Amino acid sequence: MNDTITYLETLSNAHGVSGAETQVRRVIRSLVQEHVDGVEVDAVGNLITWKSGTGSSRLRVLVAAHMDEVGFMVVGHTNDGALRFETVGGIPARILPGLTVLVGPDALPGVIGIRAIHRLKERKSTNQVPQVSDLAIDVGARDREEAQRLAPVGTTAVFATRFRQTDASCIGKAFDDRAGCATLVSLLRAPRFPFDLFGVFTVQEEVGLRGAQVASYRIKPDAGVTLEGTLADDLPKEDSDVSPTTALGQGPAITVMDRSYITPPRLLQHFTQVAEREGLPYQFKQPGIGGTDSGGIHRAGKGVPTITVAVPCRYIHSPASILRKHDLNAWGQLVDAALRSLTPDVLTPQLSE
Amino acid sequence: MDLKLLEQITQAFGPSGYEQEVRDLIYQEVKSYADEIQVNPLGTLVAYRAAKQGQGQPQRLMLAAHMDEIGLMVTHVEEKGFLRFTSVGGVRPLNRIGGRARFQDGTVGVVYVERREDTRSTPELRHLYLDVGAESRETCPFKVGDVASFFGPLVKQGSRLISKAMDDRIGCYILMEVLRRLEAPAYDVFFAFTTQEEITLSGARTTGYQVEPDIAIAIDVTATGDTPKALPMEVVLGKGPAIKVKDSGMIAHPRVRQMLVEAAVRSQVPYQMEVLVGGTTDAAAIQLVRSGVPSGALSVPCRYVHSPSEMVDASDVEHAIEMLTTLLTTPPQ
Repeated sequence: MNDTITYLETLSNAHGVSGAETQVRRVIRSLVQEHVDGVEVDAVGNLITWKSGTGSSRLRVLVAAHMDEVGFMVVGHTNDGALRFETVGGIPARILPGLTVLVGPDALPGVIGIRAIHRLKERKSTNQVPQVSDLAIDVGARDREEAQRLAPVGTTAVFATRFRQTDASCIGKAFDDRAGCATLVSLLRAPRFPFDLFGVFTVQEEVGLRGAQVASYRIKPDAGVTLEGTLADDLPKEDSDVSPTTALGQGPAITVMDRSYITPPRLLQHFTQVAEREGLPYQFKQPGIGGTDSGGIHRAGKGVPTITVAVPCRYIHSPASILRKHDLNAWGQLVDAALRSLTPDVLTPQLSE
Repeated sequence: MDLKLLEQITQAFGPSGYEQEVRDLIYQEVKSYADEIQVNPLGTLVAYRAAKQGQGQPQRLMLAAHMDEIGLMVTHVEEKGFLRFTSVGGVRPLNRIGGRARFQDGTVGVVYVERREDTRSTPELRHLYLDVGAESRETCPFKVGDVASFFGPLVKQGSRLISKAMDDRIGCYILMEVLRRLEAPAYDVFFAFTTQEEITLSGARTTGYQVEPDIAIAIDVTATGDTPKALPMEVVLGKGPAIKVKDSGMIAHPRVRQMLVEAAVRSQVPYQMEVLVGGTTDAAAIQLVRSGVPSGALSVPCRYVHSPSEMVDASDVEHAIEMLTTLLTTPPQ
């Protein structure tokens, strides 16, 4: 578990907006390559690793975590040297004004400035939520030329947040889904599984589950597991009689159905039975919310029974998320135990006579 | 019409992803008529019948009807035992109020809407709840993630048939009947009873990938334009099966469309042409697998689609069976 937190620290601090995952891929490769039987980068940038099984099972199992994080992309420059930008993946504009960001491969510090009041259109009052188009990143450039040189169009930027931890919690950016990457690294460094394990670190999840689908097509697994950092909205609410999507401290969150796929009932039952057998806490993510790489994995080729298991994180898609170490630990244990006891009958729909 | 089978198949429990009961039933019905039966990793049942006539390598023809129906999934159990839910597939809130839902164990709940100050706007799904008679969260037998289908017994009135899940158990019924009656197919025929159509089309997509058909035809329901103030649409209940031209997910391949028209003419059954503005079928997914599959669809006109009381006409069902049987036994041109 302590190892997983160490990996999470390194991975959380790495930069990897969707489509620009190189730095994260490099970090992961160095963490796993001595512990697996093969590492490859596929045509879209997924890092595909495989680890042969002990030989006691003929299954092929794909475990996925996405490398990319939500962030920003420079789309233009102003005469006074500011960077116009768009968000990559879902980030609410209302949280942006005043944030510090790191721009480009050299992590140039910048601040998201709200455009000066005299440049706003008259009708917009100061207490309105700004649009992304009202904002710009200021990296201290004096003019357009300098801004273009420092951060040409297409440069990506991430939240400038350094990883921290307390006794109970980890705080940092991009836990969605570096938490999944860190846990997958730990699984790949663990003793061999009964089956061939394909650890896939995917690209472009935040913009359309793109990497996972092609990786699944290529690997043709018998089962898929997606590891995610998911939404925990368990803050005090006005109406107390509602369920949060997930809650911190209640254990890993198993998906029954989200907007991208539905978990086969037998696979779902396997994970809950293992949790109960191992005395591990778990919760169901509230059905019908969000989408994950499972949406891409399950529909590839002849179809793959797939499940998403996630660690609850507050404030995902913002500068800093918070997760509980207790959840992270139980999550790794649950996935490890459920994988080690996975059998073909859990996967194949049976015909009853 | 085999009303007993139609009742069994429409009343079976099978929201998307939870099609086991429907699959078991279909398997029992078709196993003695198929040369081979397989289940795909996502649960689609494929019954295969080898070509019995024609020369050379027979073409592979895939027929798809989906086993899954729309439903509900519990998202929250309130302190007083009421259940909040999300939809499995496209559930329109207004069509649900006052209806009933049924869990796999047979428990029935009433879908109702909370009292709202604003009585003018249409309620949303979050305003609805399910009352299964529980008095508290602790005594409620259901939990987050549990799935329910809608409750709507089969009624036959004149030539009209009313039930929950006509979408698409009527398609499953048609495929079962065609398989029973089929004597000498001119194609290698794959009868696919698919899963997850209402949410992702994943059953058909992955089965299409496995089967690698030369031609695919989905058998599903379609909306009609014959009810009060309906959207303009040529399709009328009881005027024959509808041959799809296009819907919001696909344009039917002209050759497949023509095959269906010729089969109708040869069978001397009425048919209608269908242009559906909203909605699609398994064929939309199958036509794009691998390097593409010429695909079309034959639709059973159905009023009140995605409500607990979907209505079809028995003559359209019978005519669809006759058309498809003719199509499968006519050698390709």
